[in-house]
Amino acid sequence: MADLSIKVHNLELKNPVMTASGTFGYGLEFDDFMDVNLLGGIVVKGTTIHPRQGNAYPRMAETALGMLNSVGLQNKGAHYFATDIYPKLTKYKTNILVNVSGSTIEEYIACAEIINELDLITGIELNISCPNVKEGGMAFGTSCPSIEAVVSAVRKVYHKTMMVKLSPNVTNIGELAKSAEFSGADSLSLINTLLGMAIDAETRKPILSTITGGLSGPAIKPIALRMVWEVSKAVSIPLVGIGGIMNATDAIEFFLAGASAIQVGTANYLDPSVTIKIIDGIDSYLNRHKFNSITDIIGGLHM
Amino acid sequence: MRKTVLNLKVISNLQLNDDHHLLELQSPDQLETINPGQFANLLVDHSPSVFLRRPFSIYSVDYLNNTISVFIKEIGDGTRALGKTPVGSFINTMFPLGNSFTIPDEPQRILLIGGGSGVASLMSLAQILSKKSNEVSILIGARSAVDLVELGHFSKYGTVYTTTEDGTLGTKGYVTNHLIMGDQLAQFDRIYTCGPEPMMKAVALIAKEKAIICEVSLENSMACGFGVCLCCIAETIDGHKCVCTDGPVFNSTQLKWQI
Ligand SMILES: Cc1cc2nc3c(=O)[nH]c(=O)nc-3n(C[C@H](O)[C@H](O)[C@H](O)COP(=O)(O)OP(=O)(O)OC[C@H]3O[C@@H](n4cnc5c(N)ncnc54)[C@H](O)[C@@H]3O)c2cc1C
Ligand SMILES: Cc1cc2nc3c(=O)[nH]c(=O)nc-3n(C[C@H](O)[C@H](O)[C@H](O)COP(=O)(O)O)c2cc1C
Ligand code: FES
Repeated sequence: MADLSIKVHNLELKNPVMTASGTFGYGLEFDDFMDVNLLGGIVVKGTTIHPRQGNAYPRMAETALGMLNSVGLQNKGAHYFATDIYPKLTKYKTNILVNVSGSTIEEYIACAEIINELDLITGIELNISCPNVKEGGMAFGTSCPSIEAVVSAVRKVYHKTMMVKLSPNVTNIGELAKSAEFSGADSLSLINTLLGMAIDAETRKPILSTITGGLSGPAIKPIALRMVWEVSKAVSIPLVGIGGIMNATDAIEFFLAGASAIQVGTANYLDPSVTIKIIDGIDSYLNRHKFNSITDIIGGLHM
Repeated sequence: MRKTVLNLKVISNLQLNDDHHLLELQSPDQLETINPGQFANLLVDHSPSVFLRRPFSIYSVDYLNNTISVFIKEIGDGTRALGKTPVGSFINTMFPLGNSFTIPDEPQRILLIGGGSGVASLMSLAQILSKKSNEVSILIGARSAVDLVELGHFSKYGTVYTTTEDGTLGTKGYVTNHLIMGDQLAQFDRIYTCGPEPMMKAVALIAKEKAIICEVSLENSMACGFGVCLCCIAETIDGHKCVCTDGPVFNSTQLKWQI
């Protein structure tokens, strides 16, 4: 057994495998399939201060080695989360992060303030990168001044770990990452989905009700790896790699590119216990290559 | 039975006609109760263009042999690959998923209306309803007589009526053109339907006019099948509901259908 524990700033993970927001529900949906406590941490559904219905059906299109979604942050709001969901999550013995979203800075602040009161939530993941909402969301994550405004505003009211989730729909992710670091992010997670589109040639109509949506799955892994690599050279805070991770080898690639931990997203839909297989696979990789600890391979790319 | 993911062994693969297959899949574990209307989400191997699992109604359950059957109409790469699965190979299957049709406490007169591959979700329902002494009638619509492949099985559980669009068997036209959908409909306590959405909407409208309880089984496209992606939603009077967990069966009055 290699040592899989890792600290992502002050977030202590028993292993570097987390789940990505919007792909793991509240964890409870996975109780039939696996022991959620074995994970390094889970990031629950995108949460906003007010309830959101999300976008109209159809919200999903399958694509080559991936899928587009335009769910649009459907959730029952931060108050509902605090009163109805949170009590059910206290049974878990793993890190639980809430993915916080909003349309205005005030909404981000109000949501983060509510989450700040929940003792067993170890941190937030600030979602400034959702491509599926009309206002806010990704708009905050695509320019340095707006990143600075939202990240520093939330930093003032949120006192535990604040991970900031970056959008890949930008031209210079390194600069944007620096803005988030400078404004008080403890760590960065990347990437969120890539803006894309699917068309039904037979009907000559877009497949998604919103026309465009966010691409996820193995199709985006090369872009995600490149971005983790670029950001690792731009900032000194820890990174959490996300994008198309289907197995332990994919995860290892992200560690080599500079990620301290990873999140598994779309793969959970295909195999709800894939994260457990990834944890085991990372352990056997480390043993096979005679590393004692996961920390031995982070940023360990041979050039 | 709680949700599970298992490699099920294909113990038979019956080709019913040009594009319909009936696969019987065996579980290594003892099956617990699976309710009519529930579905299974099958992983498609060996088809590079297919990424997500494919959902299919559980057509029948055999608790003695621990098998479930799925009735597959080939419409694209996923269903074509599944139709070719050889006997003896394994299909990674997540099941049983979703809710189920209401089984009334007292025997009633119930009309099941199926169109296309929608008939698949009605087979185990017909079986259970007839076992519980309900008076079951089954109305099946298809494009042509060759598509009506499962009539023999249905006739074990009730009276079968058919319509075909080309008139090759039964009444010519859609299910809503059948005589039973006219004045005779008042004899039924409930209507359960699964098929193309326009058909279900037309049925739900008639049921509403005659004040007959109507349950519909939706086939929205899905990414996960167990309530986490929120891609499969239906608009209901209580807001967006997941077809994979709150459904696939809904009382038609719950749905915000413009009918
Ligand atoms: C709960 C549920 C139960 C089902 N039960 C059965 C069953 O018992 N037997 C059966 O044969 N089929 C059933 N289906 C439908 C079946 O899942 C699809 O036919 C299958 O996923 C198509 O896969 P494919 O790769 O062959 O086609 P694809 O290549 O994915 O699709 C071919 C074409 O059909 C369209 N399409 C595919 N799936 C859907 C959908 N769900 N809604 C609208 N359009 C769609 C696509 O847009 C495309 O144009 C069920 C679906 C659901 C959600
Ligand atoms: C259906 C769906 C819903 C998602 N919802 C959210 C969300 O609410 N907040 C968020 O930050 N990311 C959300 N994501 C993005 C994922 O967390 C992840 O960043 C992305 O899918 C890339 O990882 P993957 O390729 O492993 O899926 C969602 C992704 C999918 C597919
Ligand atoms: S298919 Fe994912 S929530 Fe229903």
